[in-house]
Amino acid sequence: MRRVVVTGLGMVTPLGCGVEPTWKRILEGRSGARRIENFEVGDLASKIACQVPRGDGSDATFNADQWMDPRDQRRVDDFIVFGVAAARQALEDSGWKPTTYEEQTTTGVLIGSGIGGIGGIYDASITLAEKGPRRISPFFIPGRLINLVSGYVSIEHGLKGPNHAVVTACSTGAHAIGDAARLIAFGDAEVMVAGGAESPINRLSMAGFVACRALSTNFNDEPTRASRPYDKARDGFVMGEGAGIVVLEELEHAKARGAKIYAEIIGYGLSGDAYHITSPSEDGDGAFRCMSAALKRAGISPADVDYINAHGTSTPLGDEIELKAVERLVGNAASELVMSSTKSAIGHLLGAAGAVESIFSILAIRDQVAPPTLNLDNPSVETPIDLVAHTARPRKVDIALSNSFGFGGTNASVVFRRYAA
Amino acid sequence: MSDIAARVKKIVIEHLGVEPEKVIESANFIDDLGADSLDTVELVMAFEEEFSVEIPDDAAETIRTVGDAVSFLEKKAAA
Repeated sequence: MRRVVVTGLGMVTPLGCGVEPTWKRILEGRSGARRIENFEVGDLASKIACQVPRGDGSDATFNADQWMDPRDQRRVDDFIVFGVAAARQALEDSGWKPTTYEEQTTTGVLIGSGIGGIGGIYDASITLAEKGPRRISPFFIPGRLINLVSGYVSIEHGLKGPNHAVVTACSTGAHAIGDAARLIAFGDAEVMVAGGAESPINRLSMAGFVACRALSTNFNDEPTRASRPYDKARDGFVMGEGAGIVVLEELEHAKARGAKIYAEIIGYGLSGDAYHITSPSEDGDGAFRCMSAALKRAGISPADVDYINAHGTSTPLGDEIELKAVERLVGNAASELVMSSTKSAIGHLLGAAGAVESIFSILAIRDQVAPPTLNLDNPSVETPIDLVAHTARPRKVDIALSNSFGFGGTNASVVFRRYAA
Repeated sequence: MSDIAARVKKIVIEHLGVEPEKVIESANFIDDLGADSLDTVELVMAFEEEFSVEIPDDAAETIRTVGDAVSFLEKKAAA
């Protein structure tokens, strides 16, 4: 099988626009959670979110005008703008600029989203009810479709290889990166731009996730304390938004052009719970099997894993189920393992989460440091695993695994290794 | 320039993101102002909204330039 490496990174997160500013703030233990100010939350049980900081672009704020023509911005939901921004960052970081027909047709895009343009659907349905069908814009459909992130990115950069999208709720980003790596391994492409993008912070999505009893509602007055994976007081996740995109590349292709190699993607595993539409299977079997499958594909043993970026959403059920599955997986090596949830800082980016967290896993390898789990004051269960409470932990990280689990019982694990020839 | 012409011009500039000096009477939305078929549908909708008129599809197809739009809307206003 052909080897696949990561040669470019890009992201837009609640901690800022760009990989390095976000990562610096993650390691500093900063939280992106705030009270929602841009729409009415008085009647919503959850009134907080981790929103991308908008601004003029200074201090790592996100200025949409720097990434997309204002005329196009009006026509699409924010997840497309975030995805386009993160993809351009990743491609620039990789130095890969396909210009010949051969280069263009072997470079593809695979970017997904969990719920896509739900905000625009909400707005258009109000227009439909109030003004009728003749007032629905011709850009309504293309501006909401999940695969239109891949579409816009391919058009901007002339990428004519496989053009694909993943929709697996909160596992989307991890599945996109894993599937894209396979397309390269199988020879369908030499380079893939892959990841996830999401913009779910609007009244309709908030109301829907509140109805699922998925969101934190006890910390509306202390937003930065709300996302607290593994802590006794956790009561649900904090909604996030943004995008994470990587450039994946066949190893020899990357070497031939002297590309900077961040890490090698060595394992990818998938599984289904076949249990419940929103709850993870209580025995953690789905999580266990997708991690096991990823390690088998990587040809490594559980004890080889130095760091796990957990799914760890801060929901009462999910965190402990994942923790138990990891304990079962690593057995006696548990005391050597570190695992943290960066959702404690940036909230849950749904379809972008797995991609952003894969990038954090790659940076953990680059910088030999485990990012912290914020707000872990009183763990709800005892575990020999180091959950990296409060502050980042410098340590050896040669192999990192990122977990993502989604509604519907869809699970994905991706394994990265420090690149060695 | 009539009030209608000024309002049409403003809508065209906003929706197509073009330089104001390019929006002359003879400018064709597709050939001169870079619009595609979806843009022209959206433009017609914007005219309908701004002038509170209904522009049937067969009439919309005859509106190809800035001048076409102005004269159509002036006739509607006079009617």
